[in-house]
This record gives sequence, C-alpha cells and structure tokens, in this order.
Amino acid sequence: MMAAIETQDLTKRYRSLVAVDRLNLRVERGEVFGLLGPNGSGKTTTILMLLGLTEPTAGQVRVLGRDPVREPLAVKRRVGYLPDTVGFYDELTGRENLRYTAALNGLTGRRAEERIQALLEQMGLLEAADRPVRTYSRGMKQRLGLADILVKDPELIILDEPTLGLDPAAAHEFLELIGRLKNQGLTVLLASHLLEQVQRVCDRVGLFRKGRMDLVGTVPELARRVLGGAYRIRVEAEGEGLREAMAAVPGVLHVRPEGSAWVVEAESDLRPALARVVVQAGGRLFGLELGTPGLDEVYRAYYGEVQHDAA
Amino acid sequence: MTRREGSAFAGLGVVFTKEFADQLSGARMALLVTLIVLTAAGTVYAAIQTIRNVVGEDPFLFLRLFTTAKEPLPSFVAFMGFLLPLLGIALGFDAVNGEFQRRTLGRVLSQPIFRDALLFGKFLAGLTTLAMVLGAIWLLVTGMGILLTGVPPSGEEVARSLLYLLGALAYGGVWLVIALFFSVLFKNPTTSALAAIGTWLFFTVFWGMIAAGLAQAIAPVTYGFPEEVLRQAQTELMLARVAPNTLYSEITLALLKPEVRALGPVLPVQLQGMVLGTPLPLSQSLLMIWPEFTGMIAGMVIFFTLAYVLFQRAEIRA
Ligand SMILES: Nc1ncnc2c1ncn2[C@@H]1O[C@H](COP(=O)(O)OP(=O)(O)OP(=O)(O)O)[C@@H](O)[C@H]1O
Ligand SMILES: [Mg+2]
Repeated sequence: MMAAIETQDLTKRYRSLVAVDRLNLRVERGEVFGLLGPNGSGKTTTILMLLGLTEPTAGQVRVLGRDPVREPLAVKRRVGYLPDTVGFYDELTGRENLRYTAALNGLTGRRAEERIQALLEQMGLLEAADRPVRTYSRGMKQRLGLADILVKDPELIILDEPTLGLDPAAAHEFLELIGRLKNQGLTVLLASHLLEQVQRVCDRVGLFRKGRMDLVGTVPELARRVLGGAYRIRVEAEGEGLREAMAAVPGVLHVRPEGSAWVVEAESDLRPALARVVVQAGGRLFGLELGTPGLDEVYRAYYGEVQHDAA
Repeated sequence: MTRREGSAFAGLGVVFTKEFADQLSGARMALLVTLIVLTAAGTVYAAIQTIRNVVGEDPFLFLRLFTTAKEPLPSFVAFMGFLLPLLGIALGFDAVNGEFQRRTLGRVLSQPIFRDALLFGKFLAGLTTLAMVLGAIWLLVTGMGILLTGVPPSGEEVARSLLYLLGALAYGGVWLVIALFFSVLFKNPTTSALAAIGTWLFFTVFWGMIAAGLAQAIAPVTYGFPEEVLRQAQTELMLARVAPNTLYSEITLALLKPEVRALGPVLPVQLQGMVLGTPLPLSQSLLMIWPEFTGMIAGMVIFFTLAYVLFQRAEIRA
C-alpha cells in the first residue's frame, strides 16, 4: 500500500539558511509519527511543505500519493492541519467557525450540522458551542481546532505542537483523543518537543537536528542506536566484585554505579542471569528493576552531542 | 460524503458569503455608512436650498442635486470623491493580513480552495458591499429630491445618475483593490492601512502638481504657439489621468452635466458647428467617458493581478 507521506531529498532554503536538508521521510498509513527536535530544527517548515503552504526548494513530496504543489486541492481535501498557533474568527461561535470549514469542504446542510454536532460532542465542547470563540480558553480552542480538522473526515492529520500551552490534564486528555483517532484508522503526523507525550502516543519518531533527520525509528530502536543498549536494569545489591561478575554476563554492554545500586545496560532483558551471578558471587540482592530508557534520555544524549559539536 | 471536484472557483461562493456577512456586521461598516449617509443628506439638502428657485427652468434639476455646491459645503459628488476611497480602503486594507494576524489564514488555506478563490471572494464581497451602500445612497438622494422639490426625475436623469453610480462603484473598487494589494504586501494591517491612505493622499494632493511639472518638462512651451500650449495641456491631462480621482471627476462631469461636450482642453476650431449650452445625448456622454471607465477597470485588474501573484507564492506560516 502507498505510504501516507513520502518525501525524497526534500529541501527548503531561506537564502543561506537550510531549514530542511534533504529529508527522506516515510510515514505509513495508520501510523502515528512524531517529528521531534529543538526549536528551529525545521519541523514546521517540513509540515508547511507537506501541505503546499510553502514551496520546496528542491526534492519530491507525496502526500496520500499526490503532489501538494501540483494538486493542492486533492491533498487538502483529505488532510487536516492544525497549525502551532491555531486561530479562529473570534466574533463567530465555535459552531459557526466549524460551519465555515465544512462549507469550504463542500459540506453543507443537515449533513454538515450533524457532523459538527457529533464532533463538538466528541471534543466536549457542546456547552460552549454557541458562544463566540473570543470567550474560549486556550484548551477549548485547541479542542475546537481538532474538531475543525476532523470536519472534512480526513485520512491524515498533521498537528504542529498540539499540546502547546495546555495544562498537564488538558494535554493528557488531548493525547487520549489522538490515540482514539489512531484507533479509528487515521494517520497522524505530530510535531513536538514534549518528549514524554510523543513517547506516549507515537509509533515511530524522527529526530530533527539542524534541518536533517538522521534518526528514525521506535523509541527502543532509537535508544539502542543512541544510547547503545535498549535495556537498563537497575540492580540493588551489595557485595564484593559484583561489577566484574555482572559485566561478564553475555549480552551486558555496560555497568555503572548509581548511588548504592548498579545500572546495567544490556541487549535484552537479562534480569534472571544477573540475579544468578549476584547470588553466585555471594552478594545480597535487594531488587531488580527493568527500565527501558525514555525518549528524554535519548534526546539528551543525542542533542547533547550536537552541542558538543557546536562548542 | 459527496465532494465537489475542485474547479478554480471551488469555495468562492462560500468565501464570498462569509466575507459579505462580516462586512455588513462590522462596526467599521456602521461607522462609515453613518458618515456617508449624513454627508449625502447634508449636501443634498444644501443643494436643494440653492436650486429651489430654478425649479421648472432647469431640465436637469434632479442631476443638480448631485453636483451643486453651497458654500461652505462641497457638492455631493465632491464629497463622494473623498469618501469612496476611504470606504474602499476600509473594506480592504486588512483583508489578507488581518487573517494572518488572527492566525486563521493557515487554517483556511489548508481547506480545499485555491488561494485566488479566497482573494477574489474577498474582493467580490467588498465590491458588493460598496454597491449596496451606493444603492442605498441613491435611493436616499432620489427620495429627498422628490420630496423637497416635488419634481420626479426624468428617465434620462435616472439613467445618468445610475450610470454615475456605476462609475462611483468602479472608483471605490479601484481603492478596494489597492487596499487589498497592500494587505497582501504588508503583514501588518496598520502598515497596509497607512500605505493605502498614503497612496490616496499622494494622488489627491500631490499628483496634480507633479503632473503639471512633468508636462512642462515633456512638452515645454518655448515660443508660446497655441499648439504648444495645447500640447502641454494635453500631456498634463494624460498624466493626471493616472490618478483615479481624475477619472472619477471626468466621469462625474460627463454624466451629471449633460451640457459638457468635451473633457480637457479643446481648440476653438473643434467647437465650430456646436451649439454651446445644448445638452449632449446620453449616448454621446457615455462615449466620452468610455476610456475613463475602462481605465478604472484596468487599474483594478492590474492591482488584483499584483496581489494575486504576491499571494500565490507567499509562505503561510501561521
Ligand atoms: N520565512 C523565513 N525566512 C527565513 N528563515 C526562516 C523562515 N521561516 C523559518 N526560518 C528558519 O528556518 C528554520 C526552521 O524553522 P522551523 O519553524 O521549521 O523550526 P521548528 O522546528 O518548527 O521550530 P519550533 O520548535 O521553534 O517550532 C529556523 O532556523 C528558522 O529561523
Ligand atoms: Mg515549529
């Protein structure tokens, strides 16, 4: 099956600045993909090129099999886009704003009303639906934004920093909504730098740095590539020569002390083997805990290197 | 879900409907319409005071309502020459950058419509609003005229005044398009409003002087021959016609003063055989201002095209 998004050496240059540098991105249908990177790394620029809102300097883009520059309407009919700062017509109500979007998509009359009503309900906005958007809170606007892009019944939605400015509870709720959309079969492309959130909803992530996306994969994959080992086992134990004993276990990459415990990096879940060597070495074992490294660790390690590069 | 296939005008009607409703409900509009209605009523009332005593003598009494000035008030048409650009600018100066500021542009342009549909929809909505305001004013003037003079306008007078209205619409339309262009060029509505008003001031206040100066340079009068003087005057007029307000006054003159036989300088020999003071038939008056009319349309097309080209390639970073 054709990929939802496919780019080939996609490049955007602003005079001397290369905002996006030969990007090769492939997002499969039904997938939730996270674009991750520090400020100014080219996430928004990439999104704008996917939608034909800015012209690529070079390279190819295919969104749902179409070229957004040549066939903008065919793409926009099937793709929903939530900009990083979403704006509405303040003097119109939430419902009226959605009605305008529906009409622009050729959807009017009873069918439009029913769809709008259902979406407002889904987003928990029924009470506020007939109030001017001026009176909405940030979180309500964001949910209205999600309703707005769903009006056209898209196959792919692109969200730029969707949880920006939301409180933790609202952000959590918002991510739940996105998760539900994935279950309905939607493809989601999400740009963010809130790692914990991206990790929670994304099937795969791509790490941007200075316009380049060198690392793509699931979080454990990235962890293996950036940190070396995908499994971190925290061993709480006391005894002589434990470090050497654990390091000798096949599959263990690295052992380092952390407080009164040890952190073992391993290629797989080696907890039974580690327990065995600790006991065999005469050590006293208090606990074994498996922690897969989080995206923030990957991120810090990866972008930490960049800063060293730059320094 | 049924979906229309995308023509270049997909969404045009939708944009038009929304923009038109916005224009009508805005506070800006209420303010301007109040201003214009008061002005119209005031000037026409003053004009009636002046022409009362010629009722029954002047065959074009109704048209005099529009053109008669009573010190210190200028005539109705002079006031419109001043207010229509203002109205056009007010209707268009934040058309595009206003959406930018409100962060709605990215959202709207990610819907399946072409950018020109958005631009053209906004233009049409502005022009329709202008037409509505002008129509209302015409009714007001006509009503006042009939009530206060007791004389109904003749068919030709109605035709002439309606044609004048069309010219006024084109004149306001030119300024609407210029404002629209600036709203694409500048990201800030304050800047685009200032630029549009600046352009208008330039044409109203300075262009006349500049045209005269340029004409002297292009066609100097060296020996004082009448041909030389005429050539200079004609050059000056050609240059002056770059300004929309010149075109507007010429259209006004030709349509509302049927006795005007020519626009601009003429040699006495050209007037031979004409009976001075006899009114020109409507068709002749129309023929005379045809170039002015097409000039305004051309101005609209040029500025709209410029705005379109700029907008088409603009990056929409919300
Ligand atoms: N119109 C422009 N002209 C010149 N440079 C630009 C323009 N727009 C963006 N840039 C530059 O392009 C680079 C990428 O910007 P982009 O907005 O894509 O980053 P981002 O990853 O979305 O960042 P953020 O996380 O802050 O949203 C930045 O260095 C930015 O300064
Ligand atoms: Mg961004």
